[in-house]
Amino acid sequence: MATPTTTEPAAPATGALLTDAIRVAVPESGFRQDLRATGIVWRRELIRFRTDRLRAVTSLIQPFLFLFILGTGLGSLAGRGLPAGINFRTFIYPGVVAMGVLFTAIFSAGSIVWDREFGFLREMLVAPVNRGAIVLGKCLGGATVATFQGIIVLALAGLAGVPYNPVLIITLIGELLLLSFTLTAFGVMMAARIKQFQAFMALTQMLVLPLFFLSGALYPLNGLPTWLTILTRIDPLTYIVDPMRRAVFSHLNISPAALHALAPGVSWGGWVVPEGLSLGIVALMGAVMVVIAIAEFNKTE
Amino acid sequence: MAVQTGTEAGDSAHPGPAKPGAGRDPAISVSELTKRYGDLEAVRGISFEVAAGETFGFLGPNGAGKSTTISILCTLVRPTSGRAAVAGHDVVAERDTVRRNIGLVFQDTTLDSYLTAEQNLRFHADLYGVPKAAVAPRMRQVLEMVGLWDRRESLVRTYSGGMQRRLEIARGLLHAPHVLFLDEPTVGLDPQTRSSIWRYINDLKQREDITIFLTTHYMDEAEHCDRIAIIDHGQIVAIDTPEALKASVGKDRVQISTADDQAAIAALAERFGLEAAMHEGLVTFSVESGEEFVPRLFAELDVAIRSVSVARPSLDDVFMSYTGRTIRDTEATGADAMRAMAQRFGRRR
Repeated sequence: MATPTTTEPAAPATGALLTDAIRVAVPESGFRQDLRATGIVWRRELIRFRTDRLRAVTSLIQPFLFLFILGTGLGSLAGRGLPAGINFRTFIYPGVVAMGVLFTAIFSAGSIVWDREFGFLREMLVAPVNRGAIVLGKCLGGATVATFQGIIVLALAGLAGVPYNPVLIITLIGELLLLSFTLTAFGVMMAARIKQFQAFMALTQMLVLPLFFLSGALYPLNGLPTWLTILTRIDPLTYIVDPMRRAVFSHLNISPAALHALAPGVSWGGWVVPEGLSLGIVALMGAVMVVIAIAEFNKTE
Repeated sequence: MAVQTGTEAGDSAHPGPAKPGAGRDPAISVSELTKRYGDLEAVRGISFEVAAGETFGFLGPNGAGKSTTISILCTLVRPTSGRAAVAGHDVVAERDTVRRNIGLVFQDTTLDSYLTAEQNLRFHADLYGVPKAAVAPRMRQVLEMVGLWDRRESLVRTYSGGMQRRLEIARGLLHAPHVLFLDEPTVGLDPQTRSSIWRYINDLKQREDITIFLTTHYMDEAEHCDRIAIIDHGQIVAIDTPEALKASVGKDRVQISTADDQAAIAALAERFGLEAAMHEGLVTFSVESGEEFVPRLFAELDVAIRSVSVARPSLDDVFMSYTGRTIRDTEATGADAMRAMAQRFGRRR
């Protein structure tokens, strides 16, 4: 049964005896099979997202609150410290875009815990495919769905005083994709261990806000007290918010001094981390977490 | 306890079109299988074979080792010792090959209730690598088989419990497995739905060349099997066709209601040498062949008879005679109620 073969299907007429069962020879596992499995797990995430409008709407509320309520309210105070022509909303915009994908990506991964509670995970785990293919499909699915969500926030760029520059938009989408993948991988890794959905939600809620606040999404990364400087440098989210902010500010019409004050870049003891390395750190973390997640799922059953 | 591993019994009892077992390797063969969880020995050295094409049932109370055994055969649990092969492949060494060759229907639902029936099946087809050209026709075939073709575009969460179970059976068959495993296929369903599930399973045996292995703690369901194994405390205590098992228990039970019960009991003892007693307000006794005995009873008993009933030994009697208790003595009903509750709770969320 090495090659998939099919004979002509008997035209099934309702009520008629289907004595000629359609021959199905399931092929040996291999790369193509795994790819197909990854594909369908990915597609399921998209279908679920499309039919779950409520989730799409609710996960947009938080970025809106931050951008327009907090951004406008705090802006009247913080704006005094900003160079002329720069709005506080513009400053926090890259961080808010990142936040737009934060919840969706982790929720997506959390559906594994949900699937375990409702049995569907078993359907995936008993299939004759590589577990890695399933984990990868899940991470890519979560990344895609979360990036869609991020694109909606990107569409609001004009309201935050950010220009609709094609190069900028594409750069930001690429960075969102990377961030979403890493976040989903993080969620999947956690979901391998946590068996109850409530526990998963509680734990991620507990982690998400500190990660967001420490990422420099709401303030510049220079001139902070030492303890906060150290904490911001440990937060992985910092390494994606910073390149996003640098991308946004490089497309604004502002003086080099203002640029340096607002988007100084992440520095390690005075050395400014290049954007490429920043993104590389995020990618590496994503890869490591996928590997851990696969190992975890290979251990069970 | 001697365990019969031959396939002859299955052959002679199988009514289906394809003669099972004839010159083919057994679909399942198990030898000296054990599974230990810490101090608990869930399965204690069981051996049996299931012929290709046979419908084989594991009958026993909850906690007897049925689920552990089926999980080992489905490659979900590794045995502590012993061997098991399904469709000719070792369940430990050739896990993925076994998985490609089996279909699984678990006790608890494993459907994605937020997808349609069709989407659930497509997911399964891709995961099991069903050749792309075969997916659509095969999907239609299995959905029609369980009567859900018209509802294929409905979300699974709009399905009743019985429809969900039927869809799971259809999905289990989608990749044309050699062996279909059904773990308590009708647990938590109402009697009408249970009998309709059995109609589909029996129908399936006619249509597809497939071996079915199922577990149940319902006596009446075990009757549908070609052969059954009675399992208790992790061991097989009896294995044969339902007919042969019932025959091994022997006598039919006859109950009569008469004008004068005491006189009837005396007459039965005197004339036929039968020991009768009052049970459930009726004169009750056992004879070898109840149907042949009744005409003699009418002809020879002096006491007027108002009614007669003859009952063949049921699998309940079989279970009783091999284990010393009825299956209902165990906590089965309590566990059922709890599972049904859990399912209702799950659906509401």
